[in-house]
Amino acid sequence: MLSKRIIACLDVRDGRLAKSIKFVETKDIGDPVETAHRYYEAGIDELVLYDITASSDRRDIMLDVVAAVAAQVFIPFSVGGGLRTVEDCAKVLLAGAEKINVNTAAVQNPQLIADASRAFGAQCVVLSMDVLSVPPASGTPSGYEIVTHGGRTRTGLDALAWARHGEDLGAGELVINSIDTDGTREGYAINLTRKIAETVRIPVVASGGGGEAEHLRQVLTDGKADAALVASLLHYGITTVAALKQYLDQNGVKVRIT
Amino acid sequence: MIHIVDYKAGNITSVQRALSHLGVESVITPDPDILRRAEKVIFPGVGQAASAMEVLHARGLDAALREAYARGTPILGICLGSQIVLEHSEEGDTACLGLLPGMSKRFVFSDPSLKIPHMGWNRIKIIREHPVLQGAAADEEFYFVHSFYPRPEDPECVMAECEYGSPFPAVIGRANLIAAQFHPEKSGPAGLRILRNFAAWNGSGR
Repeated sequence: MLSKRIIACLDVRDGRLAKSIKFVETKDIGDPVETAHRYYEAGIDELVLYDITASSDRRDIMLDVVAAVAAQVFIPFSVGGGLRTVEDCAKVLLAGAEKINVNTAAVQNPQLIADASRAFGAQCVVLSMDVLSVPPASGTPSGYEIVTHGGRTRTGLDALAWARHGEDLGAGELVINSIDTDGTREGYAINLTRKIAETVRIPVVASGGGGEAEHLRQVLTDGKADAALVASLLHYGITTVAALKQYLDQNGVKVRIT
Repeated sequence: MIHIVDYKAGNITSVQRALSHLGVESVITPDPDILRRAEKVIFPGVGQAASAMEVLHARGLDAALREAYARGTPILGICLGSQIVLEHSEEGDTACLGLLPGMSKRFVFSDPSLKIPHMGWNRIKIIREHPVLQGAAADEEFYFVHSFYPRPEDPECVMAECEYGSPFPAVIGRANLIAAQFHPEKSGPAGLRILRNFAAWNGSGR
């Protein structure tokens, strides 16, 4: 039986670990390579490095970060943020990432998912989606809409339909980031995550809202997620990888104990 | 010195990065003549059996690997490399290297909660002690990403099993060949130990 995964998400801006506050401001909270290595040593199952560098001419800094992480972290990690073409994806994979992570660029150009999947294999392609709950309407019958730019731009796409479409195009995994719960630390969006997990046959990663170990347990059981993303919980030392895993293990969730 | 077979099958630099972290020298090579003379070989692979076999054949690497195996060179297969060392793969109905009798099989599940590929961390159970698996803790977990798995004809060739739906061979081998369905280079300290063991192995196995 597969273990449920705990994935640490590291937002990187201009080569530094950043914590975004409501997607607008950010503050520097450390060195991403050192942090990635620390979580690796602590037994994290996987990492996501997300480039939130504003200006595109500074993106090569991210490739250095990816290469430095790959040289000392021997677990899978994905890289996202600003990947618009198959060539962009190839660069981060060559630098040492296991998977690429696309979000807005895939909404604007769904063919990117298909092209990347054909070039590198579905297992390499992670589709991240930012989801907002909305009153059900004809275009969004599920009551969940795909948004971009941190929730500021509505797309009119139904989240369940987009998840299915992403899978059909060749995504190997989905990250479901709930805009409603993101940053609240009050728990993941259980219903949304479960609906998507029941809709697709690829692994689903829950993101947004994790504030304590019990929230992870809920989304990994009731929410049917295969993995849970954590960020500030770890970055601010609210808890540790070991404490999260110990809680999950003691409460009937199979996790990798190191 | 370990030679890593380059046949355009996925991101093989990650194997090299893990080896250099361990202080083990390695070279990535597409050259069959170098492989024939290699002291030790890692045969990695991500991708499809049919296209992998095409490239191996076009470069003469299939014959070189068979020769290296026959002359006792220690060989470590990884992921796709653990499948195409067998005679045949169900993936694309492909004739493979045939270093070991058997075939690789596709996962088939009636339970929709068992997703394919089998991707993530799973524990292995050691069936037969092997120098390359030495030092493993009970129930240690490794990182898997695959939709097919190796099924050697001779059950004696199964060194470790993993369970996904039902048990399947996770580490297979015979004599100087050992092959893991999981990715040791992505499996944290447990995986690094397997690479270190392989670097120290003289090729005498079961």
